[in-house]
Amino acid sequence: MTERPQAVVIGASAGAVQALLKVLPALPATYPIPILVVVHVPSDRDNALVGLFADKCLLKVKEAEEKEPALGGTIYFAPSDYHLLVEQDGTLSLSSDEPVHHSRPAIDVLFQSAADAWGEALAGIILTGANHDGAAGLRAIVEAGGAAIVEDPASAEMPAMPLAALASCPGAKRLGLESIHSYLLELVEK
Amino acid sequence: MQGSVEDIEIDLLLEAIYQFYHYDFRHYARASIKRRLLQARDRMGFSSFSAMQEKLLHDPAMLPGLLNYLTVQVSEMFRDPSYFRALREKVVPHLKTYPSLKLWVAGCSNGEELYSLAILLREEGLNRRAMIYATDINPDALQAAEAGVYPLDQIRKFTENHQKSGARSSLSDYYTADYGRAVFDKRLRERVVFSDHSLVTDAVFAEMHLISCRNVLIYFDRELQDRAIGLFHESLARKGFLGLGSKESLRFSGQAAGFSDFVREEKIYQRRDLS
Ligand SMILES: C[S@@+](CC[C@H](N)C(=O)[O-])C[C@H]1O[C@@H](n2cnc3c(N)ncnc32)[C@H](O)[C@@H]1O
Repeated sequence: MTERPQAVVIGASAGAVQALLKVLPALPATYPIPILVVVHVPSDRDNALVGLFADKCLLKVKEAEEKEPALGGTIYFAPSDYHLLVEQDGTLSLSSDEPVHHSRPAIDVLFQSAADAWGEALAGIILTGANHDGAAGLRAIVEAGGAAIVEDPASAEMPAMPLAALASCPGAKRLGLESIHSYLLELVEK
Repeated sequence: MQGSVEDIEIDLLLEAIYQFYHYDFRHYARASIKRRLLQARDRMGFSSFSAMQEKLLHDPAMLPGLLNYLTVQVSEMFRDPSYFRALREKVVPHLKTYPSLKLWVAGCSNGEELYSLAILLREEGLNRRAMIYATDINPDALQAAEAGVYPLDQIRKFTENHQKSGARSSLSDYYTADYGRAVFDKRLRERVVFSDHSLVTDAVFAEMHLISCRNVLIYFDRELQDRAIGLFHESLARKGFLGLGSKESLRFSGQAAGFSDFVREEKIYQRRDLS
């Protein structure tokens, strides 16, 4: 990544909450770029993630809304039962297209559209999970010149998703959760 | 920013579809239309959007297949049961005050939302006085809606949703099972008019008491959303109701002043007239 980063996207599945709790809460309220998160949650359950993380994070946490601009200082969670996408102008879109990898929201859908919108000014992070969602999306980010980070499968609660991401992006940085947190801090120091 | 070759090709393709076939996808939310076009290109075996465009302009037989990529037919009966519960508990009492009723399901897809409403009206004793207009731009979807046949494996979810919507009957009263399919009672569509209508290019309907348009506007850009919402405003009777999808809202719309919140959490609005 050569350009100043404009956004971070994160995908996580089984084990997501514990992992995200090590990465997000201590980020400062002034964190200058938006963080967009897709977590696989059962479709008919109300999305409790926002409440949970809003209580624990210094950053503002909200559910992503249709057509709102992605702003710094904010963590956006994809609503359950909708895909989250990024438009060329950095605004957010939702769609009720078919599930991808049996998931809606799907990580691939967010990552591919974000790669298209932000190109090399984007960092993508794949955390714990028991499926393969995110592998293709992370690859799209790499192909657009962005940065790819994968939670170390050796310490991930569920290694399958990190392993799949590493298989499709062999050059991705492989980091433990604490290092991912520090990486996010360094990312915006430049 | 200068668009990539692919983005230019997509613009040209959408322009071609509009000029030649009069389907206007030019102002649909771009990220999602691009995703679906990429899928279409790969699955239909084209090496580029330009190649696809050439074929499309010379072979109209290709259009219906492509439309099935460009429009999204994902739905279920009584999707978001709390929406239907709110219609039942809050809107129906108002509808009962009219001797005759007109309802419009805009973007009805394969008919799941339409049959949900038709069943709800029956349960509430309003079916005899109500006409329902069910519209979509996708001819295959309209045909499926008119047929009212769904795979049996969806019925469990539909039934569960129906119950949560405050059902006064059992969903199984309305269909018969047949070779893995649920065939819905044709009496449900006795007073339904199906028609091809685009919220982007077509005109108003008259004097509706309730318009239900769910998960259609999210596919539009702001400008198109405003056009569609303006169309709804004009198509509604005074104090008529408009129901949107659970993640759609009028909050940022240029047309917001024409409506007031009726059941805010369920995105049900009421036409407001500034007089
Ligand atoms: C995701 S489905 C929504 C189905 C249903 N209303 C629901 O909420 O479950 C979107 C529908 O909108 C239709 N649609 C797309 N563009 C439209 C337009 N310009 N005018 C009318 N319908 C349109 C599509 O063909 C599709 O059937």
